[in-house]
Amino acid sequence: MEQRLRDLPLRIDAIVERVEDATVPDPIADRLRDLGFVSGEPVRLVARGPLGGDPLVVQIGYTRFALRRAEAARVFVRMAA
Amino acid sequence: MSALAMQVALVGNPNCGKTALFNRLTGSRQKVANYAGVTVERKAGVVRTPSGRSVQLLDLPGAYSLAATSPDEAITRDICLGQMAGEARPDLLVCVADATNLRLHLRFVLEVRALGLPMVLALNMCDAAAKRGIVIDRARLERELGVPVVETIAVRADGAAALLRQIDGPLPPLPAATAPADLHAEVRRLLALAVTVPRRTGEVDDALDRWALHPVFGLALLAVVMFLIFQAVFSWSAPLQDGIDAGVTALADYLKSVLPDNTLRSLLVDGMLVGTGSVVVFLPQILLLFLFILVLEESGYLPRAAFLLDRLMVGAGLTGRSFIPLLSSFACAVPGIMAARTIQDPRDRLATILVAPLMTCSARLPVYALLIGAFIPEQTIAGIFNLQGLVLFALYVAGIVSALLVAYAMKLIRSDSIEHALLLELPSYRVPHVTDVMIGLWERASVFLKRVGGIILTLTVLLWFLSTYPTAPADFAGPAIDYSYAGRIGKALEAVFAPIGFNWQICIALIPGLAAREVAVSSLATVYAVSATGDAAAGQLLPLIAAQWSLATALSLIVWYVFAPQCVSTLAVIRRETRSWKIVGIATFYLFALAYGASFLTFRIVSALT
Repeated sequence: MEQRLRDLPLRIDAIVERVEDATVPDPIADRLRDLGFVSGEPVRLVARGPLGGDPLVVQIGYTRFALRRAEAARVFVRMAA
Repeated sequence: MSALAMQVALVGNPNCGKTALFNRLTGSRQKVANYAGVTVERKAGVVRTPSGRSVQLLDLPGAYSLAATSPDEAITRDICLGQMAGEARPDLLVCVADATNLRLHLRFVLEVRALGLPMVLALNMCDAAAKRGIVIDRARLERELGVPVVETIAVRADGAAALLRQIDGPLPPLPAATAPADLHAEVRRLLALAVTVPRRTGEVDDALDRWALHPVFGLALLAVVMFLIFQAVFSWSAPLQDGIDAGVTALADYLKSVLPDNTLRSLLVDGMLVGTGSVVVFLPQILLLFLFILVLEESGYLPRAAFLLDRLMVGAGLTGRSFIPLLSSFACAVPGIMAARTIQDPRDRLATILVAPLMTCSARLPVYALLIGAFIPEQTIAGIFNLQGLVLFALYVAGIVSALLVAYAMKLIRSDSIEHALLLELPSYRVPHVTDVMIGLWERASVFLKRVGGIILTLTVLLWFLSTYPTAPADFAGPAIDYSYAGRIGKALEAVFAPIGFNWQICIALIPGLAAREVAVSSLATVYAVSATGDAAAGQLLPLIAAQWSLATALSLIVWYVFAPQCVSTLAVIRRETRSWKIVGIATFYLFALAYGASFLTFRIVSALT
């Protein structure tokens, strides 16, 4: 089932489906793709920020990134089987 | 090849260990400056190859992609494309990739390979990769990429030997210039062929991040780290500062005893020596703070702190990345404003620069110490707290809170619908390397001294002139400084500052205080020492003002110091970093307005109550 990365439970393995452009053009979505958020990449949420669960720490490939919820909302994932 | 030395450039993702490799290759033979027209740091150095050739090495800013989204990345792109005015296109690119993070870094390697320049791939941190059980088939990767691949360990003295040999040899042939249509697919293919990774993450990182990023423990840890830093910065630097102070005083006394009493001596001793001393005395504190920041930076903790504080900062119109510049500003706003370069978003960067002067810098401490000592009784509150300490703490909090409020007001004024991204990489934890920390410390210290030293020296000489000339005639009844330009300006200013309770002595002291805030203390001493009827010495200033000033005046002056842009160096650095006099004007105006307003309220309220 496809869902947004920002709604993923903590430390659950998932696979990136796609990154959706929020605007046209969307430099943030482009940068997310450059950073490795592309279809088929394994991804998981590592931590949520102490205030309101924002920002998120995301493990993509071998790398950890802090993303704000609005950034992570562009990423759609599917839970790993 | 031309007679000019070969130009080699290091390119790579942020956090690939590029700068450590650069340090290893160039040692102390490096020059840090800015690229023409922008505030991006340019690091260049000379490398001696085994055969004795000199090679010019350029450490390009880290980039995730050549599709640049920040000034740093634009510089890297332009230099690689040979489109940067005043910079030669490199003869050879050394693309640096972290061997533990090839999934991300190889994509950029492929982008760089398509540039059509001779290149070498340096697989950095091979020791860390081996420790994590990552096996890389170097020969296979070399074959598939079509460029030479060497292994490097930037933290080891001989870790760059293979790279040096490669640079020393003939230029590698141009790589096939075509970029694959899908870079990510190509990266996956390369990884499948040449790299075995037992585990996607480092076990150490996982374990540490469980605690460091935890909503409760993470914040508690951050608070402890900050507390320890402040404790160390203020208590460890005290003896060093006393030593410098004593040294400057001794030197001044010595010069006064050997030089004839004339204008030149006064300029040398009262102007230049004392002026330089007032800068150098803060060096221990600033260096210690830099040291801690560098260690935290090298260890990989700082981006985690930025993550923890991001939401709070965003609420106030800043960003988690503002944390480091604002932390530096507690030592001095000058390095803090310079550190704002690490914030890519222009709006966030500007907001950070504008509020950095509100952080309580160490130059305010002597002023606070004098006023608190004179006017706040030493008594214990609730059994454990010292009232004087509480007031000092409140002044720090006042600075932080007003910075958040000002940033918030700016956010409201310049409300824009553009989204400002965080996209912050949290690199693997690393044990900081002594050499790299020392080189970083040396760089920051020399940049600080260059920026501040010149300005303060010029200003102290100017202010020395203002407070020395014109010399009072022999029959002039009042104190000499009264007759000088500074005295006249101070008296004229009294009309402006009387509503907030400042007398003319304070007004005079505010003028030399423009060079460096703490100079106001010695200026007050001068004003009172020469104007008092008795032979009141500088050391007796404290009881003197305690007797002569009202509590309202003292508190008003303290509040003034929380806000007032009483530091020309800060304004000069804002100008340098933003390249805009308009921003300097805005900063000066809003800080003065805040200072005047807050002091006015303080003076009126306290006057009414006492």
